[in-house]
Amino acid sequence: MYMQSIRTFFYCLKQGLRSIFHNGMFSLASIGTIAASLFLLGLFYFVTSNVNFAVKEAEQNVGVTVLFVEDCPEETIEHIGEEIKKRAEVARVEFVSAEEAWETFRTESLNEELAATFGEDNPLEDSASYEVFLNDVSMQSVLIRFIEGLEGVRRVNALDGVAESMEGISRMITVISVAIIVILVAVAIFLIRMTVSIGISVRKEEISIMNLIGATDFFVRFPFVVEGVTLGICGALLPLGILHLIYGKVIEYLTGEFESVFQRMAFLSGHDVFMKLTPLLLGIGVLIGWFGSTSSTRKQLKKISLR
Amino acid sequence: MAEYDLHKDLQNIQAPVIHFDHVSKDYQKGIHAIEDISFSINKGEFVFIVGSSGSGKSTLIRLMLREILPTRGKVYVASRELSRLRRHQISKYRRSIGVVFQDFRLLKDRNAYENVAFAQRVVEVPPAEIKKKVPRMLSMVGLSEKYKAFPSELSGGEQQRVALARALVNNPVILLADEPTGNLDPKNSWEIMHLLEEVNRRGTTVVVVTHNHEVVDMMQKRVITLRNGRIISDEQKGGYVHAKY
Repeated sequence: MYMQSIRTFFYCLKQGLRSIFHNGMFSLASIGTIAASLFLLGLFYFVTSNVNFAVKEAEQNVGVTVLFVEDCPEETIEHIGEEIKKRAEVARVEFVSAEEAWETFRTESLNEELAATFGEDNPLEDSASYEVFLNDVSMQSVLIRFIEGLEGVRRVNALDGVAESMEGISRMITVISVAIIVILVAVAIFLIRMTVSIGISVRKEEISIMNLIGATDFFVRFPFVVEGVTLGICGALLPLGILHLIYGKVIEYLTGEFESVFQRMAFLSGHDVFMKLTPLLLGIGVLIGWFGSTSSTRKQLKKISLR
Repeated sequence: MAEYDLHKDLQNIQAPVIHFDHVSKDYQKGIHAIEDISFSINKGEFVFIVGSSGSGKSTLIRLMLREILPTRGKVYVASRELSRLRRHQISKYRRSIGVVFQDFRLLKDRNAYENVAFAQRVVEVPPAEIKKKVPRMLSMVGLSEKYKAFPSELSGGEQQRVALARALVNNPVILLADEPTGNLDPKNSWEIMHLLEEVNRRGTTVVVVTHNHEVVDMMQKRVITLRNGRIISDEQKGGYVHAKY
């Protein structure tokens, strides 16, 4: 029984693969459409995953600066720090003394000659501050309102909307890519259905004889499912290969040609991208092939079936 | 309903192997292909079903194959009502029925051997058994020498013999033949009828739908005659009823 099932499985597999070559042009068209859809999906995935990665990086580095009123007592500063740390959206709080603030400003923004004119004076002596880093950048405005309400706080500085706008871009790309992919996947399913339908009409006589002789549903249908799923897998492997080849080169090109724009942006490694993209594209390819072939088989075989 | 095994069911059967109980079939509302037909066929019988075109002969074959269902009445094979068979039982049921058509219905891209082997492969017979059984069947129908020939290289009579070998290779309990000599010359027609007679002698119930009155008259078997979808005569050792058309 076990051997019989294995034999039948391989027989159906052979019939399905034979059918792909039999319907040469339609098979190529199906593979081409699936490949085009999945190639675009791969490209959008590159963009969205890298933007999301950059947003996450930004979230970790974008903070708000809390400045205190003049001659603010140390206890009040400590109290402010503790109140801020209690907030759920706060990842960490770092105290920057007036001396540290001046030192950073002097080394990063002034030339030596100009810095020397200040001597031992610290023009930022009232600029001690807290650097507050968030774990959820969308809560930034809520946090700012909270901090502004605390006693002893003079001002809260934040880079308005940097992270938000990055998230917005990421969302927009996702929406556009989903819309385009849905259309392409629908076209791919339609083409697979056409290919399988042609395969069925070519083998109409054989199928009606199979029905008369007593073939099971599985025996009649499975070769067509094999055909559809194989087309889906080929349609996924092709763009995966191309995307694999171009990913590193694209990153290299962007960081080289548009250094000023992309120099500070963090990119995912090829390994990280393809760990998720490979099963995703293969899964979608298999699903497109399976759905296209089963729906077509159901419809077409009803016309031939003697049951 | 349990697994359908016609071979097993027929071993101890006392009732008729085929039984039509007041069966009618309407393809369109008000147009009856057959109307209120009742008859029985016993195990091991050889029966001709005759009648002019449109008399309902092929509808009977299609009902026996469970290709269509009756509009009214019941069709029983080995005491099982065919309309009650579940989808997965239908394929099992058809494995016990051999069928031969006027137009042979051979696969044109496969040779004689592969056409017969195909019937075994479809019902998942092990390859070793196929290799033993197919040459035996081709030899039985007198085509051992032509096992490599494709349908286009065979005469009508030879193609019908391949079709017959294919119908018999799975040891059917019942053999249904729908106009098996319709496309054949008299010599080939007789050869096919002798083969069917031989199959019947070995115990298979044979039902032949035909127009061929010479064959029917000569063979002196049971003859059920249809006209306008109704049985007008059912005679043991009968002949073709010419005068009534």
